Amino acid sequence: MQSLLIVVGVGVGVAVIVFMSALLSGLQANLIKRTLSSQAHITLLPPEEIARPQQATGETALRLQKQAQRLRAIDQWQTLRDRLETWPEIAAVSPVASGPAFAVRGDANKAITVLGIEPERYNRVVALAERLTAGHLRVGAGETVIGIELAKDLGAEVGDKLRLTAADGRSETLTVTGLFDLGNKGVNARNVYVGLRTAQSLLDLVGGVSSIDLALHDLDLAEKVARRIAAETGLTADSWIKTNAQFVTALTSQRVSSNVIRFFIALSVAFGIASVLVVSVIQRSKEIGILRAMGATQAQMRRIFLLQGGIVGFFGSLLGSALAWSFLLLWQLLARNPDGTPMFVIGVEPGLVAIAAAGASLVGILSALLPARRAAKLDPVVAIRG
Amino acid sequence: MAETPNNSVLHLTGIRKSYGSGEVASEILHGIDLHLQRGEFAALIGPSGSGKSTLLNLIGLLDRPSGGQLRIDGEDTGLLDDTGLTRLRGQRIGFVFQHHHLIPAFTAEENVAMPLLVARGRPDAAMFERAGHLLDQVGLSDRKRYLANQLSGGQQQRVAIARALVMNPSLVLADEPTGNLDTHSADEVFKLLREVNRQQHTTFLIVTHDPRLAARCDRIVELVDGHIVADRAHAPA
Repeated sequence: MQSLLIVVGVGVGVAVIVFMSALLSGLQANLIKRTLSSQAHITLLPPEEIARPQQATGETALRLQKQAQRLRAIDQWQTLRDRLETWPEIAAVSPVASGPAFAVRGDANKAITVLGIEPERYNRVVALAERLTAGHLRVGAGETVIGIELAKDLGAEVGDKLRLTAADGRSETLTVTGLFDLGNKGVNARNVYVGLRTAQSLLDLVGGVSSIDLALHDLDLAEKVARRIAAETGLTADSWIKTNAQFVTALTSQRVSSNVIRFFIALSVAFGIASVLVVSVIQRSKEIGILRAMGATQAQMRRIFLLQGGIVGFFGSLLGSALAWSFLLLWQLLARNPDGTPMFVIGVEPGLVAIAAAGASLVGILSALLPARRAAKLDPVVAIRG
Repeated sequence: MAETPNNSVLHLTGIRKSYGSGEVASEILHGIDLHLQRGEFAALIGPSGSGKSTLLNLIGLLDRPSGGQLRIDGEDTGLLDDTGLTRLRGQRIGFVFQHHHLIPAFTAEENVAMPLLVARGRPDAAMFERAGHLLDQVGLSDRKRYLANQLSGGQQQRVAIARALVMNPSLVLADEPTGNLDTHSADEVFKLLREVNRQQHTTFLIVTHDPRLAARCDRIVELVDGHIVADRAHAPA
């Protein structure tokens, strides 16, 4: 009965840990997915222009004024693109020619960012095709795909025409072929996708691109890969971790606080197992004495209680994983968006269950150390006499 | 029976046992000499507080003497560490207690096989075969699968005897083996001990308060205030 109760106790502890872990990783994956739905994992930009004095001696009083950054192309971008595509960490490479412009339709006039893309490549970095709410991802000559906010601001729909005007007066008239919703109001109002060549001519970047967007297989490697690219190419490489520093800090804080909670749950589970085993040693002292009289060594007695701790932890973790799975099903049923779709998809990963089982068994064994020592040290004469 | 070293099962020379130290030290056993040969069936008697249980614990290697020499089957136990004593105890000595001390969650067969399991580390068919054979011998062939607490007091004590014999020990120490039983069961249990002694030449040392039980043994050793005051061969009644 005691063992059953403590298995249930361990199970509840493990369930909370597994549930929290699955919820947190689901939540974080969802947040990251939403955040990265409209941006690349790494963006490569031309190096910053720095004003260099022609003459600088100790005798010359010099005040350097920072130079305004102008729109420039990345040198040898095709070669760089082909080289980066061979890197195993990189999943996709997409050259982009982007710059500021105005979108004009009738009396409406909006400041926008023109993004000239090769749709197939870009779609592998930002899944634009999946986020279309109307039309198609078609950005051939004279075609554009705009966000739903901009469409609303301009009163435009698929098939309508709008005019893009760059700062230097160059302009293009384009037909809207699709509307997208990238889940970010600012992006939906600002980004205007056109073909690479259209953007190049509009922004006066003939044959050039202003940035290269990269997608990685492993998001967490972004900063490391960015540093390596910057070191090898001399370009500015901004990883999503750097551009979303506050967001990443928030995620890290969330992870740390959740780890603290998990640690204390594990600690209370450990104390629970230890206290039950201590009581068990006292209750079974006669049996322990008999086993010792029958030739059981101290090491054997220790093993019995360590094993008991491990078994309680293991079965508790199985029960806990099953409970966590039920909680998660319940969560999926209850936590829904206003439109009835699940808020975000979470599930118990087999790896997490395996870690919980191994962790709980280890906690069980560690908790049993003291009771096991006590059982091993029990004087058989005293134990048998009771 | 000839007194050859090969036949010596228990040899105590000048065994002393004291508890505490310095001024508060109190000596319970004062130089005990005792020698038991293979196949002997001896009773250890004496009033309460005479040191019988202490002596039994020392002989059972559950405790260490403060002085003197204790040999089991010729092996000097003073030279052994705790693990060595535990191993020797498991292999050479069987215990029968006043309270059977069976493990209630296990069946009669499992309880009997327990010392073999402890010695070998994992269960095998042979150990249950031996347990079954011993349960046949103590007349409990139909109770093998019964849990310990489903048996009567006399049956439980017979299971405890089978357990004490399962390792084929040289010496069986029985502490008031019939003390908790009614007259009929006590008689049955005693007859069983005697039968094992005669058939297998196992040496028995039986601690008892019961003069009638002692009178049925071949030899009576009397302990008073930590001294052996009488040690006489006796023709069983």
